[in-house]
Amino acid sequence: MGAQKKGATARVSEDPEELARNPLQAILLADSFATTFRPITLERPKVLLPLVNIPMIDYTLAWLESAGVEEVFVFCCAHSKQVIDYLESSQWSSQPNFSVATIESHNSISAGDALRLIYERNVIHGDFVLISGDTVSNMLLTQALQEHKERKKKDANAIMTMVVKQSKPSPITQQSRLGTDELFMAINPVTKQLLCYEDKAEYSKGFISLDKTLIADNPSIILHNDKQDCYIDICSQEVLSLFTDNFDYQHLRRHFVKGLLVDDIMGYKIFTHEIHSSYAARIDNFRSYDTISKDIIQRWTYPSVPDVLCGSTAIKVERQGTYRASDVTLSRSAHVGSFTFIGQGTKIGNDTKISHSVVGEGCTIGSNVTIEGSYIWNNVTIEDGCQLRHAIVCDGVIMKSGAVLQPGVILSFKVVVGQQFVVPAYSKVSLLQQPTQQDSDEELEYADSTSGTGELQSEKLNGDIAPDLSETASELGTGGVGYIWSVFEGVQDEEWRHSVAPIPTDKLVKLMLDEDEEQLTQDGNVLSASGELKADSDDNGSEDENNEDSRDDYVFFEKEVEATFLRAVHENVKVDHAVLEVNALRLSYNMASVDCAGAIFYSMMKLAVESPHSSASELHKNAAEMITKWQKLLKSFLHDIDEEIEVILKFEEMCLESAKEFAALFPQVLHLLYDKEILQEDAILRWADEKEGADESDKVFLKRSEKFIQWLKEAEEEDDDD
Amino acid sequence: MPDTQALVNDFLNKLKKRKIEGSQATAKQTAELLRSVISQTRVPYTNQAAALIQSVKAVGEGLIAANPVELAVGNVVRRVLHIIREEDLSLTTAAMAGLNLSAVSDDEDDVDGDNQPVLSAAAIAAASRSTLRPPSLQTLLEDVPDSAAVPHTSSSGGDSEGKSKSADKSSRSRKLKHDVIEAVNELIQDINTCHEQIAEQAVEHIHQNEVILTLGSSRTVLEFLCAAKEKKRSFRVFVAEGAPRYQGHLLAKELVTRGLQTTLITDSAIFAMISRVNMVIVGAHAVMANGGVIAPVGLNMVALAAQKHAVPFVVLAGSHKLCPLYPHHPEVLLNELRSPSELLDFGEFSDCLDFGSGIGAPLLHVVNPTFDYVPPKLVSLFITDTGGHNPSYIAEIYQLFVMSLRGEDMKFKSEIMKTNCIAGGNLVKS
Repeated sequence: MGAQKKGATARVSEDPEELARNPLQAILLADSFATTFRPITLERPKVLLPLVNIPMIDYTLAWLESAGVEEVFVFCCAHSKQVIDYLESSQWSSQPNFSVATIESHNSISAGDALRLIYERNVIHGDFVLISGDTVSNMLLTQALQEHKERKKKDANAIMTMVVKQSKPSPITQQSRLGTDELFMAINPVTKQLLCYEDKAEYSKGFISLDKTLIADNPSIILHNDKQDCYIDICSQEVLSLFTDNFDYQHLRRHFVKGLLVDDIMGYKIFTHEIHSSYAARIDNFRSYDTISKDIIQRWTYPSVPDVLCGSTAIKVERQGTYRASDVTLSRSAHVGSFTFIGQGTKIGNDTKISHSVVGEGCTIGSNVTIEGSYIWNNVTIEDGCQLRHAIVCDGVIMKSGAVLQPGVILSFKVVVGQQFVVPAYSKVSLLQQPTQQDSDEELEYADSTSGTGELQSEKLNGDIAPDLSETASELGTGGVGYIWSVFEGVQDEEWRHSVAPIPTDKLVKLMLDEDEEQLTQDGNVLSASGELKADSDDNGSEDENNEDSRDDYVFFEKEVEATFLRAVHENVKVDHAVLEVNALRLSYNMASVDCAGAIFYSMMKLAVESPHSSASELHKNAAEMITKWQKLLKSFLHDIDEEIEVILKFEEMCLESAKEFAALFPQVLHLLYDKEILQEDAILRWADEKEGADESDKVFLKRSEKFIQWLKEAEEEDDDD
Repeated sequence: MPDTQALVNDFLNKLKKRKIEGSQATAKQTAELLRSVISQTRVPYTNQAAALIQSVKAVGEGLIAANPVELAVGNVVRRVLHIIREEDLSLTTAAMAGLNLSAVSDDEDDVDGDNQPVLSAAAIAAASRSTLRPPSLQTLLEDVPDSAAVPHTSSSGGDSEGKSKSADKSSRSRKLKHDVIEAVNELIQDINTCHEQIAEQAVEHIHQNEVILTLGSSRTVLEFLCAAKEKKRSFRVFVAEGAPRYQGHLLAKELVTRGLQTTLITDSAIFAMISRVNMVIVGAHAVMANGGVIAPVGLNMVALAAQKHAVPFVVLAGSHKLCPLYPHHPEVLLNELRSPSELLDFGEFSDCLDFGSGIGAPLLHVVNPTFDYVPPKLVSLFITDTGGHNPSYIAEIYQLFVMSLRGEDMKFKSEIMKTNCIAGGNLVKS
């Protein structure tokens, strides 16, 4: 089968007409590789969590199908069995012209791993859509796909098209709508090329740094902070192989996109496609779960709305956006308010008030219950007098009478809340105990405990619930079952950011104020910018930070110079070109030519040390060759005496630290540099003078080269005599 | 059979995803689908018609449930069922004539044949409400007392079945299928040509120097106006743009390329302009049994404005848009709410849809209904492919020209729509 397909693609590539008919493929990652939905995701994969009573993956598949995708590879890792079972029993397995195949893995811990595995399977034969199983959209793919193909034809390096959507007239919308950090993108408005992608905008500093070459290369750049990343990518085949080549790419955005943007050697380009009237968003955390649920209920995702997906006879839309299944038992005095979904077989008692909520199938809700802005999944029992505000309640939960859920509470599967018990705000309650080991890297943590052990845990749980839980009964009131997860220190303040509950007013005010300040500083930057964003923004930071920054920058710069130099050596780049490149680096890192000289000399010596040598004399020979060959490069940065001194100081530093082998050769190399007229005698003498006053330890090399300096001095006197 | 199943699934999907737009396209595709269902159905020796009816019903129910708003689907399914019965009837008669049955029983046979495939349950139901049921068209034409005909059915139905058994069954069954497919082809042809047939009547309605107003875009209206233009009528057209989809813009463009004097106005300017208008001509989504119209949103407003200024309000509708259901029926979905993005740009309004702040509930609610209901009293005239009709006679028109309504058709409806038989009775009465 695979071979057959390969043959087909080979033939296809010759004929552009045929190329268009190559079935469009998609990779759907049915694993978010994140922990934002814990503790729920310990028991059920995120893509199967109900979103307005329909599993998330159904929205994604429905979109893919309507967008003309013919072949979908669902990659499942955590709880892969559940996903596979679901897909097999669902309608998706029997669709004409739409095949859903699953790829199972047990040890992938990131999107990068997933794509590497898919690459090995060799199933993707052309452009494909890369999407995760928690994305809701109704956009048309044809135009974006067309653009992608045309760009690809013109420029083989245009390997990815990223879908973005405008969404942000208010400064805090990003946070309050989707619970994500502010996202900065730099886009060339003409070609739509993505030039910079910064999702963790440095709030504290209030600036972003742009590579100056970007401004040099592009006639115009627009900086956006009003774009929402939809996490829908149209990729060419090369993307998969890139992941394989760069085995350290894990995260799609943080590593892959940024990696491509920074890497100018391969020259791969990413483009953006902006959607206007259609909808696309990804559920990243509880806040976006809340927001997207409400968007669906408000029909922004039409035709991906419950009454269309389930068939209109089963669920009907009534006035004020109320969705009601056909066989709901509703008490006469119950009040179902606007934007509410009530699923099949649910019973609602007297005087109960429900608004802005989703109630799943087969729930029993007693009398005098208040439910506001909450998400209640299937088969939940809520006894009389309970109050729920902005909470998520999973399958099989029992809330005894009078229990109260404060805003932001998550009750995982089958938790029992005791009578009159008040679950404090933002707490997460599960039958499973909180995993004790907490890795700082959240992505890694997720995979290790959920992919394998998650299922085991839940199985074990079914067996011996009773002994485990009797001791913790007190945690959730009398008769309560479950553990309240403790919030990690430091994260506590941040809980509100990602919860289903609306942001408390005080936080909102604070957020607004922060934003305002930031806005101001940014404005300042923009005004005085003209290519010097960097220099200006330094004023914001404190002195220490400033120094540290420039120190870091120097290290980076040095590395870049070294890389450039090595390339020049290996690829026989002309000296003039190398000079140009180093100059470009100097500009982009805002360095002086002193730094360049130091860095180049450092790279030269380092290469000399690294090239094979057996004795000191051979090393000397290496160094001599190196210096002879590249003296012109070095010289072009040695405009005055200060720079030459810098070179000596650098050399000294090297001899002390990184290349001790040179320590013995110090005077010889110094002499060599003098002979090649790289260093003037003035520079050497000045260095010697400066060192006179230094500590004993600093004088090691001065002493070693005493003879040489002596000779120099004498020569000078002779000159004077003449 | 798996072939058809795939076709059916494909079509179901398209209906569900709202991928087919326009009732004409839907009607045509439904008819074509049913045609292939019929041609693929294996027919047993006896009772072929019932087998066909059963398979068409099974598919039809699914199709109707897939998108209940698209009433044309149900209409076509009913038409096809009707065709099967008619063909069966005519074959039975022919077979019996061939068997040299006495000429005396001709009248009776006709009645028999008419009701022959009636399932006994339906017949009993029909009998039970025989007092309610007015004489059917067939019986009226044949001048046979209805009360006698109905109870007669069940007994003589089996009788004639017995007689027909002696006929060459295999050839007959092939013939039935063949005839039915022929008739469905005719139906498809009808649906295809309904525009032209309606447009032919244009000159009778549009006169020299008149001003015509229309809203949104309808292919029937376009053809109608162009037909009048081709006959050298000179007139002006006001096109209301039809927010939020602004299909009026497309119509205006099309009209201009065909050389018609066109004025584009906003929907809100309709009332101001209506006094200058001689006639309003619009398309419809469906025409209900009481003469009410389900039409693109905004048309009720136009109809009210037209009534205020005594401007004739003319609705063009192909016969596939005539629906035997009533708009007040609880199971009839009259409307579909589409995405708010047609009204406003999500990006610009995303701060109003911010659930993370404030009370956590949206203050902004955007409602974007697709259809309007125009009550029959506001409609002056229907123009269908069979001519112009007054709305109060629409049910009779349906009977006369589309198909005669019978017990089993209503039963089919009731199976799907869970309606009661009274509705059927009312339908025929009105």
